[in-house]
Amino acid sequence: MIEVLRSGLLTTVQDLGRPGLAHLGVGRSGAADRPSLRLANRLVGNAEDDAALEITFGGLAVRFERATTVALAGAPCAVEVDGRCRDLHAPVAVAAGQTLEVGMPSRGVRTYLAVRGGLAVTPVLGARATDLLAHLGPRRLREGDRLTFGPAVGQIPGVDVAPVAALPVAPVLRVSPGPRADWFTADALDSLRTSRFEVTGQSDRVGVRLSGPVLRRSRTEELPSEGLVEGAVQVPPDGQPVIFLADHPVTGGYPVIAVVHPHDLPLVAQARPGQQVRFTLEPGLL
Amino acid sequence: MRFLPAGHHGLLVECDDLAEVMQLHRALVHNRPAGVVDLVPAARTVLLTFDGSTSHARLAATVEGTDLATLADVAQAREVTIEVTYDGEDLAEVAELTGIPASEVVRRHQAAPHTVAFTGFSPGFAYIAGGDPRLSVPRRATPRTRVPAGSVALAGGFTGLYPREGPGGWQLIGRTVAPLWDLDREPPALLTPGTRVRFTEARR
Repeated sequence: MIEVLRSGLLTTVQDLGRPGLAHLGVGRSGAADRPSLRLANRLVGNAEDDAALEITFGGLAVRFERATTVALAGAPCAVEVDGRCRDLHAPVAVAAGQTLEVGMPSRGVRTYLAVRGGLAVTPVLGARATDLLAHLGPRRLREGDRLTFGPAVGQIPGVDVAPVAALPVAPVLRVSPGPRADWFTADALDSLRTSRFEVTGQSDRVGVRLSGPVLRRSRTEELPSEGLVEGAVQVPPDGQPVIFLADHPVTGGYPVIAVVHPHDLPLVAQARPGQQVRFTLEPGLL
Repeated sequence: MRFLPAGHHGLLVECDDLAEVMQLHRALVHNRPAGVVDLVPAARTVLLTFDGSTSHARLAATVEGTDLATLADVAQAREVTIEVTYDGEDLAEVAELTGIPASEVVRRHQAAPHTVAFTGFSPGFAYIAGGDPRLSVPRRATPRTRVPAGSVALAGGFTGLYPREGPGGWQLIGRTVAPLWDLDREPPALLTPGTRVRFTEARR
């Protein structure tokens, strides 16, 4: 059992989400930075899709009633167990009664805390992920919440610290054009390829909102709503792109100019307000 | 039919009209191509998302080789009757927009056979097509910030039912107590693509 002493700005329970339910109007959701959730789980011997905590901008403090092993991955930040510094990306032993505190990340947005055995919250539609747009799954953590974890199954790997690439200062995101690149002017595609865009504060688990040169459309009629994918770069009427993340709506009514390469999605999930991002345009996929 | 890439794991199939969308979606559900994760029908498109075991080209070829006509007759659709209390705030406006008296709007809404075309917007929210074409009205110029759960509404040739309270821009013609979304039911959505829907006036 762990008790939440401070929940921070936004801490949610996440796993790898609920793929395959879009026909019910339910999106995938799950960890915004999936490789970090997977790594944290592996480091404590969990299955990669076990539920863990997604901590947004740090600020979490939890007390452990039982001794266990935890691991953190994702946005780098100060981690203390009863005031002593601990590493990210490594198994960390915690004794009964100890408090773990997660500080503000020095880079990135989301840090994942996995506990050996995985968080034992009741699954909804087959997953323990919190979908903040669709209001599905466990609610966000609050002070005083108590969470239990499941039985330990796998072996804890014999690593001190897993090697992880540092998050880039100015991420460059690979995008492939489409499905609606032809709804935009040639200038818009040039701007997307050559300009810098700034991540705005209106970014969340639904999407990262950017500010930069206006991406102009060549076709101005209304687009009938159509299915959206994670990583879609959608352009609303104000011409300022939004990159969709884990809690994106199942369908959307504005044209998608390009889609971010799946391997670069974690960089989007870790892009911080004020940070600059650039795009490189890859060849068309069809 | 036109094929558009939607990232490394997405293929957007653009159809000629909604009828083709519904036929194609039904065919793909009936005979799901290997590697497909999600099928997302919408107004003019079907999005296929897929895993690494297949490709854009392979799925496009499969879709192109799908026989839409024969399956349409074979498919056995579920039918759901929705009881509606026709007292929506926008019923008078719908009457004005269509030039049809409110009582006739209500009669026509019940008379026409409907089918769920697609879902989206929020869990369990269904876009129900096939209504009386005279009842096609635009969305409200200013959306409401709060539409009550169970609202029955019209927009763009569709009927929509709101499973939960939330913002919405459709024209409200009534309300229903039908359990549109129930997590303890399998599937939790009452209305899924292909479901036939009949509307009847609820007894007072």
